[in-house]
Amino acid sequence: MAEIDRDKLLDIYTRTMKVNRTDEKFRELLMQGKVAVMYYCVRGQELVSAAAMAALEDDDYVVCTYRGQGEQTAKGIPMEKWWGECLGKATGTCKGKGGTMHITDPETGIMVTTGVVGSGIPIANGLAMASQNNGDRRVTLVSFGDGAANIGGFHEAMNMAQLYKLPVVFLCQNNRYGEHTAYADHTDSKTIAERAAGYGMRGVTVDGNDVNQVYPAVKEAVDRAREGGGPTLVEAMCYRMMGHFFGADFSYMPADHIEEMKKEDPLPKLRKVMLERQFTEEELDKIVADIDEQIDAAVQHALDAPLPDTDEIYKDVFEEVN
Amino acid sequence: MAEITMTQALNLAIDEAMAEDDGVFCLGEDVSAKQGGGVFKVTAGLTEKYGENRVRATPISETAIVGAAVGAALAGQRPIAEIMLMNFVGVCMDQIVNHAAKLRFMSGGQTPCPIVIRTTTGVGVGFGGQHSDMLEAWFAHVAGIHVVTPSNAADARGLMRSAIDANDPVIFIENILCYGLKAEDPGKGYRVPLGKAAVAREGSDISLITYGRTVLDALEVAGELDKEGISVEVIDLRTIAPYDEETVLASVNKTGRALTLHEAVRPFGTGAEIAANIQEKCWDKLKGPVRRIGGTFSAVPFASHLEQAWIPTKEEIVGQIKASVGKA
Repeated sequence: MAEIDRDKLLDIYTRTMKVNRTDEKFRELLMQGKVAVMYYCVRGQELVSAAAMAALEDDDYVVCTYRGQGEQTAKGIPMEKWWGECLGKATGTCKGKGGTMHITDPETGIMVTTGVVGSGIPIANGLAMASQNNGDRRVTLVSFGDGAANIGGFHEAMNMAQLYKLPVVFLCQNNRYGEHTAYADHTDSKTIAERAAGYGMRGVTVDGNDVNQVYPAVKEAVDRAREGGGPTLVEAMCYRMMGHFFGADFSYMPADHIEEMKKEDPLPKLRKVMLERQFTEEELDKIVADIDEQIDAAVQHALDAPLPDTDEIYKDVFEEVN
Repeated sequence: MAEITMTQALNLAIDEAMAEDDGVFCLGEDVSAKQGGGVFKVTAGLTEKYGENRVRATPISETAIVGAAVGAALAGQRPIAEIMLMNFVGVCMDQIVNHAAKLRFMSGGQTPCPIVIRTTTGVGVGFGGQHSDMLEAWFAHVAGIHVVTPSNAADARGLMRSAIDANDPVIFIENILCYGLKAEDPGKGYRVPLGKAAVAREGSDISLITYGRTVLDALEVAGELDKEGISVEVIDLRTIAPYDEETVLASVNKTGRALTLHEAVRPFGTGAEIAANIQEKCWDKLKGPVRRIGGTFSAVPFASHLEQAWIPTKEEIVGQIKASVGKA
């Protein structure tokens, strides 16, 4: 497989660090008690989200889940709007009415963030169906976890997508846990991707901690979908390094296994690849410092932003008809 | 003007909407030409005109059907999804309730979800417990969904056009026993606004508030009671939720008495909500308690005589009206 081009690699690195620094900042604010909201940590999965978003065009559609920070920030939702929404402010993407589990920003293609495991998969088909109907050449990518692969809608949607050859990419971020249940305790099939064969679909499993595996796999799936070749189920093996949500007990995750998985941490691995490709420590540090600066400004903007008006509870229920 | 059946009315409304807007398309089980245009033929002839992409016969996958409709709507299209029988909505409630209904609100107005979910049901055809229920109350209880049902062919044409025009999800309930009803064709482009009830018959002694197939029973009973000197006003809600409160309250303020009637089971039915609202807002004008009639609180039975005993009967309607007006 051809090497990832250097500009694209830098793009992936930047997106990855944006996801990671956002995650770190969120946990810091939660620890300090500055914010108290539901947050689903993405530590360990940054690269998968970033590489996948880097494989899409700006106007492609994305459907993600409550653990969707990676897709949302890597796809490019303006940070001020993103933080505004997470803090329940009027300046948020959804005027503070969606929250951390329901971030929506059609301008950057984040069409749905669902709080219901697996429910985004059938919706992604619909976005792709619209593209197939109107020929706009958009691709839809839907991200979900291994847990979602066991809900009925997954199977219904896989079959339908393949039947119609929809321009959709199913990205399973196999982070080894469905909520608090380990993969081996919820699924006996060796991989999620092998299920694709049952629908006549192409399925691939790749190391989600290796940029040289995950980016080309998603890119190939995206290109295939765009050219009318139908859907692909891409399973990216990764590891959710923390509990299901911030603050949740994760004593069920064996400590020695966490230690072992830390060796697979995508961030040092990515940095190593970057250095091998002749990026300098200084360059890489500068990128992170710039991101931190942007995040700090966005957080402050969100903290200072006004709360939504109370009468927002009556708005956007139906179209306002005058 | 020519007469059309309700089936033809629905077909004509969908056809003209598809002709006017490339974004309108149908999907559902058995809906395309290969399968005969739907089990009740509502989508017959559309594949030939608009092709298989716009009349998509789907696998038996209700969650995938409604999910696809939701996604296509978010991308700016206007899907008409068919859930063959209303009981099957149990398979895809998550997509309807958590997604279609709420995405406009949860996105702060950014992602409206203009889908029509057509579905069929009805008691009286011997389909038994899993193919007959009227489940409108399930959806009336969820903010963000219009719930619509026509009682005649003309309204069917007009309501379907308005449902397709609407920028929010619409559950469109078709009663199996009403497909063959005929009416004068109201013509191309005819629309009945959502949220607007019809006074199907004017009267002065009691307001009988109903919708769908039971409008026919209500009108028949009203005609009979007129001969006995009881004047019944029949309100056909047409849109069950959010309903036309103005028309209902005006009628009850005039008559001073109210009876709600629906085929769905009585407990926690839409009649309970309407009755409660009337009691709050028309208390000074009421001459007696608001009465309610609904289906029996059990599964719809199979045997014909059981089924007939299960649904609200004309005798029951007459009895409740007479008790209300003091002529029992």
